[in-house]
Amino acid sequence: MYDVAIIGCGVVGAAAAFELSKYKLNIAVLEKENDVALGASRANSAIVHAGYDPEPGTLMARLNVQGCAMAEQLCKDLSVPYEKIGSLVLAFSESERKTVNKLYDRGVKNGVPDMQILSREEVLQMEPEVSPEVMGALYAPSAGIIGPWEYTVALAEVAVQNGAEMKLRTKVEGIDWTEEHYVIHTNKGNVEAKYIVNAAGVHSGEIHEMVAEKSFEIRPNRGEYYVLDKCEVTKARHTLFQCPNENGKGVLVSPTVGGNLIVGPNAEGVSGEEDNHNTAAGMAFVQRMAAKSVPNINYRHSIRNFAGVRANLNKDEFQIGVAAKQFIDLAGIKSPGLTSAPAIALECIHLLQGEGLSMEQKENPITTRKKIHFRSLSAEDKQQVIKENPLYGRVICRCETITEGEIVDAIHSPIPPCSIDGIKRRAGSGLGRCQGGFCGPRVLDILARELKVSPLDILQDKDGSFILMNETKKEV
Amino acid sequence: MLYDLIVVGGGPAGLAAANSAWEKGLRNILIVERDKELGGILNQCIHNGFGLHRFKEELTGPEYAHRFIEMLKDTSVQVMTDTMVLTVTENKEVHVINTEKGYQVLKAKAVILSMGCRERTRGAIAIPGARPAGVFTAGSAQRYLNMEGYMVGKRVVILGSGDIGLIMARRMTLEGARVLACVEVMPYSGGLMRNIVQCLQDYDIPLYLSHTVTDMQAENGRLSHVTVSKVDEKRNPIPGTEMEFDCDTLLLSVGLIPENELTRGAGIQMDMRTNGAIVYENMETSIPGVFACGNVVHVHDLVDYVSQESEKAGAAAADFVLNPKENEQAVQLKNGSGVSYTVPQQVRIPRIEKNLEVFFRVRQVYGNSVIEVKDGENTLCSFKREYMTPGEMQQIKLPRVLLDKVTADTIEISVREA
Repeated sequence: MYDVAIIGCGVVGAAAAFELSKYKLNIAVLEKENDVALGASRANSAIVHAGYDPEPGTLMARLNVQGCAMAEQLCKDLSVPYEKIGSLVLAFSESERKTVNKLYDRGVKNGVPDMQILSREEVLQMEPEVSPEVMGALYAPSAGIIGPWEYTVALAEVAVQNGAEMKLRTKVEGIDWTEEHYVIHTNKGNVEAKYIVNAAGVHSGEIHEMVAEKSFEIRPNRGEYYVLDKCEVTKARHTLFQCPNENGKGVLVSPTVGGNLIVGPNAEGVSGEEDNHNTAAGMAFVQRMAAKSVPNINYRHSIRNFAGVRANLNKDEFQIGVAAKQFIDLAGIKSPGLTSAPAIALECIHLLQGEGLSMEQKENPITTRKKIHFRSLSAEDKQQVIKENPLYGRVICRCETITEGEIVDAIHSPIPPCSIDGIKRRAGSGLGRCQGGFCGPRVLDILARELKVSPLDILQDKDGSFILMNETKKEV
Repeated sequence: MLYDLIVVGGGPAGLAAANSAWEKGLRNILIVERDKELGGILNQCIHNGFGLHRFKEELTGPEYAHRFIEMLKDTSVQVMTDTMVLTVTENKEVHVINTEKGYQVLKAKAVILSMGCRERTRGAIAIPGARPAGVFTAGSAQRYLNMEGYMVGKRVVILGSGDIGLIMARRMTLEGARVLACVEVMPYSGGLMRNIVQCLQDYDIPLYLSHTVTDMQAENGRLSHVTVSKVDEKRNPIPGTEMEFDCDTLLLSVGLIPENELTRGAGIQMDMRTNGAIVYENMETSIPGVFACGNVVHVHDLVDYVSQESEKAGAAAADFVLNPKENEQAVQLKNGSGVSYTVPQQVRIPRIEKNLEVFFRVRQVYGNSVIEVKDGENTLCSFKREYMTPGEMQQIKLPRVLLDKVTADTIEISVREA
């Protein structure tokens, strides 16, 4: 019997597990995929929003600003890439200037620190590649960029190290209440838990309806992106937003923590999680819209397209609350969900306590994570780590300078990955301009060697995504 | 440790460069290679067709590399394998790491950059659709097949008619896969004619010119279908022309990009058109004593020409160390109509012994045509060609005696139909 079962291990589930694992509780995390962070948490804008967007007084506004403030220290503690680069909301018309002023006022009400309204000249000085049509901007220095999957993995890893049980490939099929606890029916048998946290992302509506009447509706919404090579990162120094209007939030242009440029997203209602395809129309839209902010992005330097499916709701608020006795919804966590996640986790604890969960802090819970990121070490430190483990002296991913040591570390991490993309999300191999063309076969080799399985068993990503079909003909 | 010459990369370019530098009298030479053995990409190119120009016989890739590795055995050239170069600096420091000695800073009087090239990926050409397993660059698939001994698929579509894609069409067929189509967005193939014949036509694999992949579908995480559409003159897909292929694998052979991160890091001037360094007649870059050769300068179609170019770089590096010279004024080579790039891009005429060899590519397919070399308004010389295509690199030789007549500061090379 678990004290708490968390359903879904995206960034919200992982953050909840992280916070809860600091207490003397038996925790299970149920994730239907073969790894964590396989939904919206791996396919988004990778932005820490300052918090001027949400309507003042909403839960979303409070959790956004709080989550933004928590990100810096948390990322430092957990070795997660994060940079507080600030964001600009660009105005290209009189009416957009008014919007910028409105956002400023909202930000003040929400408690966003240090915002400024910038003149055209100030914007162009800060961002020389921005369109000369710009008329001004809202500057929010507390905004940042983050590695979204590293964040999720790090939070989940620490939870596991604190004793939380990570149950991968465990799909929830039904939930029954039996007097004082829940029985969760999964493809891997029943899991019993006193409390449930619903962090099932796009599926959080379905999970909610297993215990309560329908009270909200998830409307899966797809956003498509470009990632450009490092040479294009000079096109933006801050996260460059456009003014929200009746057609949506606009397309952003931003550096990433990996030193690339990200451009996107569009917004299109889709049927569900699996509808994460890129479309010619969507990508053309992203290019066209981005050109308004930064006209000279060279898409010849595109290295990757992707699309993510967000758990949008039929309202401008997160669905966070008690859905049934001892059952907490952390549902409909759309943007700014990545930013809000650590604050949502604190809110979750508060709600669980309200439902009667008695919580006693562990004496010395783990709250930090150390990770070797070879590329960012000094020459002396590089020498030192290679001395300690020669595998750090062999570069496997040449685009991102990721060593065999880092890949082996990832394979033997608290939530061991079974796929090349799982290694990518932990070690960063294959994120660069050749997109794993060079390192893919080498990573596959290392995975097979370390896991002591046949190369034929190694996956690209989710279950079923086999890379190799069969061995070649043998000598006759 | 101060070396006379450090060669970055032990593929065909680096091997030929090091050999040639040794022949010209340099003794303290080091090749740094990231892989566990020398030979570079040739090691996975087990098909034949290499060496027809260089050795007048048909060799496989490993055999071709072996010839050069054997030559090295009679020299004092040192080799550091399993070693990655992290940085090359302007003052010719080469920062390397390996498992044995950790982080080292090596110094050299001259450096040759011969890092080769990488393949363009799906992301570079923004193919719409699902993003499943089963989409490989042709070179990665070749590595799995020829080095690791695994097949990557059973029903295959190939996008792009570059040489590696064509070679892989044949290779996959011989290993029992069904190659359904080779799809090329341009109205002509990007590969060598001999490969079209020997790798597609001989196996009845259809080549769809002016077509591209416009969608991909997945089943359970692996590619299940691709949609191929005809494109118009502007390479935009034409609605209504879609064909669906039931396949588990898509191989991409959509171009190669010189691998110049170290070059850029050193602050060397680059050519936007080749994506490689701007080089002089002897393959010297904008940093004196730093040379570049092979696919890191521009993508070649034949390794024989890589060797030829690299031997020039090796000899020049030896000359740089042994006989330092003042830098002379250079003449620029200009791309006239029909020419997409030239290598070299600039020429110091006094340094040319007999002939200046110029490699270039044309922008489109030409039938009977004339290559014209002009000094300002004056035609220096012209060359006749029966057939030229962007997929086949062109080479001309300009005699020193002609170049001595040059008065303008640019020489223009252009192409026109005869």
